[in-house]
Amino acid sequence: MSGAVVEIVRTRGDATEVVGRAVYEHPLPVRLCHWVNAISLFVMVGSGLQIFRAFPSFGAKIPQKDLLHWPKAFAIGGWLGGALQWHLTFMWIYIATGLIYLGYEIFSGNYRQVLFTRRDIPGVWPMVRRYFFFGPKPEQHEAYNPLQKHAYTTAILLGVLSVLSGLAIWKPVQLSWLAWLLGGFHMARLWHFLIMWAILGFVLGHLVMVLLHGWNNFVSMLTGWKKDPEY
Amino acid sequence: MEPEDKRLDENPNTGETPPSDKATAPPDAVPPKESASPSFSAPRMNERKFAHVTRRELLKVAPALVLGAFAIPKFQESLLKMGLGFSDWTSAHLFRRGHMAPTFTDSQVTPFEKFPINGYDVDDPGVIFENWSLTVAGAVQKPGDYKLDQIQSLPRVRQNTRHVCVEGWDVVGRFGGARLSDFLTMIGADTSAKFITLGCADDYYESLDMATALHPQTLLCYEMYDRPLTREHGAPLRLSIPTKVGYKQAKYLTDLKVTNVLEKVGYWEDQGYSSFYGL
Repeated sequence: MSGAVVEIVRTRGDATEVVGRAVYEHPLPVRLCHWVNAISLFVMVGSGLQIFRAFPSFGAKIPQKDLLHWPKAFAIGGWLGGALQWHLTFMWIYIATGLIYLGYEIFSGNYRQVLFTRRDIPGVWPMVRRYFFFGPKPEQHEAYNPLQKHAYTTAILLGVLSVLSGLAIWKPVQLSWLAWLLGGFHMARLWHFLIMWAILGFVLGHLVMVLLHGWNNFVSMLTGWKKDPEY
Repeated sequence: MEPEDKRLDENPNTGETPPSDKATAPPDAVPPKESASPSFSAPRMNERKFAHVTRRELLKVAPALVLGAFAIPKFQESLLKMGLGFSDWTSAHLFRRGHMAPTFTDSQVTPFEKFPINGYDVDDPGVIFENWSLTVAGAVQKPGDYKLDQIQSLPRVRQNTRHVCVEGWDVVGRFGGARLSDFLTMIGADTSAKFITLGCADDYYESLDMATALHPQTLLCYEMYDRPLTREHGAPLRLSIPTKVGYKQAKYLTDLKVTNVLEKVGYWEDQGYSSFYGL
């Protein structure tokens, strides 16, 4: 969990001057998982889109109506077999990172910083007003505002769903119950694809917010320490 | 830490002015005396200590760069091979001999005209049916050439199962034939051997793990949609394996061998596809 706010001081002779504030927001396991996951997500999406290129449709093979011709330049693996190698390798890294992260969040109690709960609901509207309608800035008392918690909680759920839908299309027979839950192999493939776009939507929003919020925010995911927090 | 302090303290001697990049420095940075801090006492950290701590914490994230090995051409191939190998190993362990692939009612079957024919196999290898036989070799008691009617004398199984292509498409088809396990009994195969390898009339070749070969839904298929197999679907004999992806289900079978040693895995596998690819 994020620690208490610390004052950064400069001592010069007898004089002590407060030059800034900082707070330890992101414990090491979270930071490691974040960056490893960023890399695996990049590989999973790139190779996944190359796999999709082999049959860019969700209808019948005959007649085939292609949904979208994804450019090869934005794909990883070069061909279907190569992309499957990347996908079937990084899926283990992706899954392991997810499990380590979830395990850490639960056992350390750090989930309280991220998890969107009922208590956060009243704070959603003021933040929406702030972000999208230039409303006044609501006071912040913790690392994440309610909208952030909502976004991160959703992203974690999407991550879990991406794994489950992926397992369903990898093992539609051995895990037939999972494929069945998602509406069968055919639908599970569509779910897997849609979940990817939802994750990409989150990533886009996430990157925009990091750009808007500036350097301190970005650095905090590297060092754990956020300088001059808003609380 | 002491020796570092001098270097860290290279800020101008101009007193209280914070470094120029501190655009966000709050007004409370101005009071020079500690007594000026708010009434509650926030824990304090010297800025040198802070610089030291954050640098150390930054270094701790460096292990994530290990993944960069995947970007090095020299390591890439073997790392991906390991990853694929681990996936295959897991697949083999997930496979349950008694677990049946879903079957479908006749009304759920994709019409025959809409059952895709892989472009690769459109070239007819020109099998002459009268002369055709399946040549059996390897760890079996009765090696030799087996005619189609010998295979058809085994109990006929008819099943509506899903055919999943590695490309991502799927169809439900109706397949008829003899259980491979029955045929293995007929030829007196040593089922403790690890693999079945298959040769085809075209340049295709395949291999199967024994567990899949013995699965009751694994067929030596000579019928589709209650009719004799057509040429484009691999006549006179192909594999139908609802627990495997499409490329494992070889067409135009001509050779079958029971063995413990795989010299080659399969036409696509040897180009980089998964060896096991069980569904």
